[in-house]
Amino acid sequence: MRNTRDTKLLFELSESGRRSHRLPACDVPERAVMELLPAGALASAPPALSELSEPQVVRHFSNLSQLNMSVDTNFYPLGSCTMKYNPKRNERVASMPGFADLHPYQPEESLQGMLQLLYELQEYLKEISGLDACSLQPAAGAHGELTALWVASAYFRDQAVVTGGSPVTVKAGEPPAATSKRTKVLVPDSAHGTNPASATMAGFETVTVKTLPSGTLDMDDFHRLLDDQIAVFMITNPNTVGIFEPKMREIADAVHKAGGLVYLDGANMNAILGIARPGDFGADMQHYNPHKTFSGPHGGGGPGAGPICVTEELAPYLPTPVVVREEGSGFRVQGSDSDLETDSSLNPEPRTLNPTHFRLDYNRPKSIGRVRAFFGNVGVLVRAYCYIRTHGPDGLRRVSENAVLNANYLLSRVKHFLPVPQGDRCMHEFVASAAKLKSDKGISAMDIAKRLLDFGFHAPTVYFPLTVKESIMVEPTETESKETLDAFAETLFRITEEDARSLRDAPHTTPISRPDEVRAARQPILAWSEA
Amino acid sequence: MPYLYNTPEDQQAMLAVIGAGSMEDLFAMVPAEMRLQRPLAIPPAMSEMELTQHMAALAAKNEHVGSKVCFLGGGSYDHFIPAVVDEIAGRGEFYTSYTPYQPEVSQGNLQVVFEYQTLITRLTGLDVSNASLYDGGSATAEAVLMAVSSTRRYGKAVVSASLHPEYRQTIATYLANLGVEVVTVGTRGGVTRPQDLAAAIDGTTACVVVQQPNFFGCVEDAASLATIAHDAGALVVAAFDPISLGLLKRPGDWGADIAVAEGHTLGTPMQYGGPYLGIMACREKLVRRMPGRIAGQTVDRRGKRCFVLTLQTREQHIRREKATSNVCTNQGLFALRATIYLALLGPQGLRETANLCLQKSRYTAEQICKHDRFELAFDAPTFKEFVIRDRKDRVDELLSNALAAGFLAGVPLGKWYPELGDCFLIAVTEKRTSREIDALIETLSRHN
Repeated sequence: MRNTRDTKLLFELSESGRRSHRLPACDVPERAVMELLPAGALASAPPALSELSEPQVVRHFSNLSQLNMSVDTNFYPLGSCTMKYNPKRNERVASMPGFADLHPYQPEESLQGMLQLLYELQEYLKEISGLDACSLQPAAGAHGELTALWVASAYFRDQAVVTGGSPVTVKAGEPPAATSKRTKVLVPDSAHGTNPASATMAGFETVTVKTLPSGTLDMDDFHRLLDDQIAVFMITNPNTVGIFEPKMREIADAVHKAGGLVYLDGANMNAILGIARPGDFGADMQHYNPHKTFSGPHGGGGPGAGPICVTEELAPYLPTPVVVREEGSGFRVQGSDSDLETDSSLNPEPRTLNPTHFRLDYNRPKSIGRVRAFFGNVGVLVRAYCYIRTHGPDGLRRVSENAVLNANYLLSRVKHFLPVPQGDRCMHEFVASAAKLKSDKGISAMDIAKRLLDFGFHAPTVYFPLTVKESIMVEPTETESKETLDAFAETLFRITEEDARSLRDAPHTTPISRPDEVRAARQPILAWSEA
Repeated sequence: MPYLYNTPEDQQAMLAVIGAGSMEDLFAMVPAEMRLQRPLAIPPAMSEMELTQHMAALAAKNEHVGSKVCFLGGGSYDHFIPAVVDEIAGRGEFYTSYTPYQPEVSQGNLQVVFEYQTLITRLTGLDVSNASLYDGGSATAEAVLMAVSSTRRYGKAVVSASLHPEYRQTIATYLANLGVEVVTVGTRGGVTRPQDLAAAIDGTTACVVVQQPNFFGCVEDAASLATIAHDAGALVVAAFDPISLGLLKRPGDWGADIAVAEGHTLGTPMQYGGPYLGIMACREKLVRRMPGRIAGQTVDRRGKRCFVLTLQTREQHIRREKATSNVCTNQGLFALRATIYLALLGPQGLRETANLCLQKSRYTAEQICKHDRFELAFDAPTFKEFVIRDRKDRVDELLSNALAAGFLAGVPLGKWYPELGDCFLIAVTEKRTSREIDALIETLSRHN
């Protein structure tokens, strides 16, 4: 049934002279391009793009789409990625012209609804994190980490001045260069790779702290490595094996006592919404992944967004601009038919002086500046806002409760045949190990992952975290049923009983069998070319 | 809650299997003193209908490019998006999947990335494209980091003042802790003069960043600038407008080593500034320093052509602190939209779109300048936007009056260029009709 003709590459389908999109005739007096632009700047011909008809384009991409697994079509327990259901209502709302068709440089008085939404989202994120200030600018979780590290760096540079010590000047040609005596970032060995990578980009040296086989921090190693050169301790809590750090208070107190800051990697916020707040358990900064926690569609690799929340002390250093609300300094809204109250009642109060308005604050002298162009990944933020408004306080808590329930249920069903080194309980995800299965029967985590695809399940994350051998990281999320979890556990069990040799050839029923990744890297073909 | 399955009976059955007494019991590992003892202080839940109405009311407080005629540019543009882009990109199989970690069940996404990379290399005239970065601004900053690490020149990065001011601010943030100085070369007559650039470059310069067409809409003598950079051993980073390449020489053909762009213009709506598409392409010798995902072609066990993520030893999940970048989640959805958009336009469609932008913007400029109050700030040739000087120096009032009359008429420049406080930037895309253009000019001249 599979249509292989139409999944040829665009360039193989191309026929000279085919057209899809047609443009209107030019309705202003037209002049020769050569008269308008210098000859040296002009191309001799337009770029060699493919030439296709519209039905061909539709069929091509529709057929390609069917080669993917997705949340809409499959259980997708990809650990650490929170592949939950993406509400369709949010898509319809986000595509309203009043949100989708706004230019980033429109005057603020023409954007009061958008600015209100963004302001309110800042407030919600602060409340959910238990922190004091928010920037919505970063474009993804990793970008949020980087932004927070720049904030920390600016803070320590400032501190060095305030306390009378002269800040160490940045020496050209010696990256990573220090900006104060605090030159290091502490990262557990179980952390996401983005943490150390962000530390390097922000000019810090990464120091790795060990974790114990149980998945929690090795406190001896932590205390040994913590000194007055540590700027930031980046911790993921619940951590990447799905355990809430039992010594979180001790960790945060120790970092603070040493003069450092605690950064919370918010990748796992889906476990603690309304249950515990990073600001309450010692974090000074955190990012959110709204595309995970607040259900933004992952789009085949993105977009995400990476808003960060920080303490009052760090607020002056956040990127510029932030949205502020101004009371009582109303102005006339031109052409608006709606009121500007934060409680958006439907009663129009047109063309009156309004008591409240929202504006972008650029006057932030201590800010690190910009981390990208324009305001942020607003489309993702609009969906996050919808998600939070749909759930309310009770609903968000129930999201986390059910995410944790589903993960623990699956853990309970799986642990009998696939050991879970961290123990009997978890938060929103758990990490099983195929190490024993591999030594006993020759079945690897990769074999299990590939075979699951044959049964219509997307594979869990495998070989991460690096601290667990043959790791299989499972995050079911709250938007899955007991029946699905049962079916998944039964399939997993069945796979562990299969013959190892045949598993090495899995998957058998997918559009392709296992690809030769070594060849792809050794003889890179990164674009199509004729013959 | 609308997206949950578990009934109270399910919950009880599951708790029994777990061996937990209650939902509360599930959180036993969170120390009691760290738990929130009250409900979150956020508004109560809304049904779908309430949410839709609430959001419609918020949306109604915004003017948008359907309610006001848009002549705003400066890196975000009101280009037309064919219906096929929305219809196809909205398919759940694309929309609700993620990074293709399992290639056997992600060939759709991987082939799209491979096709996208091919289109971008053809568009830019460079050898390699990655799978996308966040946006034009951060992609430009990443290109500078890439140039610094591949040249091992930690002295400075030279940027033209005609590079988007927010891109320059982003570069400054990215370089702040790395000991690399950002040197800005001023413009004369709206463009970067070769001799000014030559004076700013030395043997410690990692790269020169040039925007073509530049932030003022002017066409730079890019080839001359590139030659000066190369003569000093520096790399050339080009920020380009994808639509302009329907007419203008490709960055790779005038000397760029790394080309970056804001790619939202290829089929993604403006959305108040994001999420957008960071495009990046480079010469083959630089590929190991490139940030972000890259798809490559290979074969499966049966010898069938297929696609995988490749050259991953550059990336954070493998190399951690030694990675070329920290990028993980990218802008895959907009790479897909750009691929569909370019497939629909083809070479001829791209050329016609570029030509309409050129013709209409030049017509608009000429018509405005018929009024004594206005003049072009610069003589240099422009592509789809241009800078107008208001001889009365009342730009804010002018734009405010235009808004009241139904026009998002332009972007004031004083915020970034104090010397251009009496100037504003007008962009004219293929969507603007002669009637809209004439009405804008009538409005701008009315308040003489």
